[in-house]
Amino acid sequence: MKTVFKGKRVSSVLGILPETVSHFDDEVDNYTFPPKQTMKLKRVMGYDTHRMSKEDSFTSDFCKFGVKYLLDHDIVQKEEVGAIIVVSLSPDYFLPHISNTVQGDLGFGPDVLCLDIAQGCCGYLIGLMQAFLLLDHMPDKKVLVCNADVLSKKVSKRDRNDYPLAGDGGSVSVVENDPDATDIHFIMHMNGEKRDVLRIPAGGFKMPNTPETGELKDVGDGNLRALDHMHMDGAEVFNFVQTEAPPCIEETLEFAGRDKDSIEYYLFHQPNKFMVQKLREKIGVPAEKVPDDLVVKYGNTSGATIPMTLTDHFAKEMVEDVHPCCLSAFGSGLAWGTMIIDLGKMDFCELLESDL
Amino acid sequence: MSEIKAILSELRPEFNFDDSSNFIEDGYLDSFDIISLISTIEEKYGVVVDGLDIVPENFISYEAIENLIKKSGGNA
Repeated sequence: MKTVFKGKRVSSVLGILPETVSHFDDEVDNYTFPPKQTMKLKRVMGYDTHRMSKEDSFTSDFCKFGVKYLLDHDIVQKEEVGAIIVVSLSPDYFLPHISNTVQGDLGFGPDVLCLDIAQGCCGYLIGLMQAFLLLDHMPDKKVLVCNADVLSKKVSKRDRNDYPLAGDGGSVSVVENDPDATDIHFIMHMNGEKRDVLRIPAGGFKMPNTPETGELKDVGDGNLRALDHMHMDGAEVFNFVQTEAPPCIEETLEFAGRDKDSIEYYLFHQPNKFMVQKLREKIGVPAEKVPDDLVVKYGNTSGATIPMTLTDHFAKEMVEDVHPCCLSAFGSGLAWGTMIIDLGKMDFCELLESDL
Repeated sequence: MSEIKAILSELRPEFNFDDSSNFIEDGYLDSFDIISLISTIEEKYGVVVDGLDIVPENFISYEAIENLIKKSGGNA
């Protein structure tokens, strides 16, 4: 997909952190690998602390926390909202839908469209894309884009490949029509042939959860994982990102008529620090324009990494002025995409710690 | 070459890399070891390894690693 969205803006972004902090140093002995070898990865991969949802906190709780905060603080009014989009890979249930749970529990009216989208790493771009499309059909309304995941619940604590990266969190973005907004250029690619590179094998209709799918097994590389657990083939993902993301970014910049230097902030999905640093080196932009510490501080929060990075690093800047930004994401699907968008003059931009 | 041997021995002291003709196939290095190795190489030789060069075939032997360092602008 290659398109231009006209007359749309992101007017507020709220990032949401869970309360619980888990420390990599405390987890080293959970793994079958020699601790000294594991600790070498700490600095390179950015393993330090990650935020985990409580046992009884789920995706709808993060979405409701964020939407309620925006309503309670008059950042958006209930009657202004035309649609609630929830982008997540970790639904509370197969049914009911998360977006309907948000609508029902927070008292939105029946004219509010509710839509769940099952997307992971590219979830922020896909959520914004859907909001822009809907806004063409609801000129006087605003759309809430909720990105939230609690995927740490689906990662084995004995899996050194996946657990140190796991992080939970969420965001809510308010998206609206604005005739004065600059054009938003967007390119999105997908490759379903590589879909198994990121997967949770069991838990759907095709392979329901059973005691057998919950058994931890050494998968041959020293990691203990069950079929119920999420796994990312790190080497495959790394090569995919290095191969596909740079030309996608270049193509979108050219499509937008912008050069690299004119972009103030590059906000990438953050699978780990090493991958983001190598991508930055590849496209040749200075480190100060590319935050890469989300995994170090909070973990990989799936589709919420971009808005959480935005609120963590540039909250003040996003309220004060307008900044040309390059948003780029890559991962589950496989999917990869880039959006060149001017972000700023927001009504609100903050990262909050919740009690979830 | 001796420097590369020393780096590998420090990384995975349980293996004698001289006994292997393919560090990857023999299981001496996994993808996380490769990342640690790249970090050490970049610091020690003052180079930046291109992301597209971070593929298993560049880490199968002493010679392959040496060639990667040279390709990245270092003196191995």
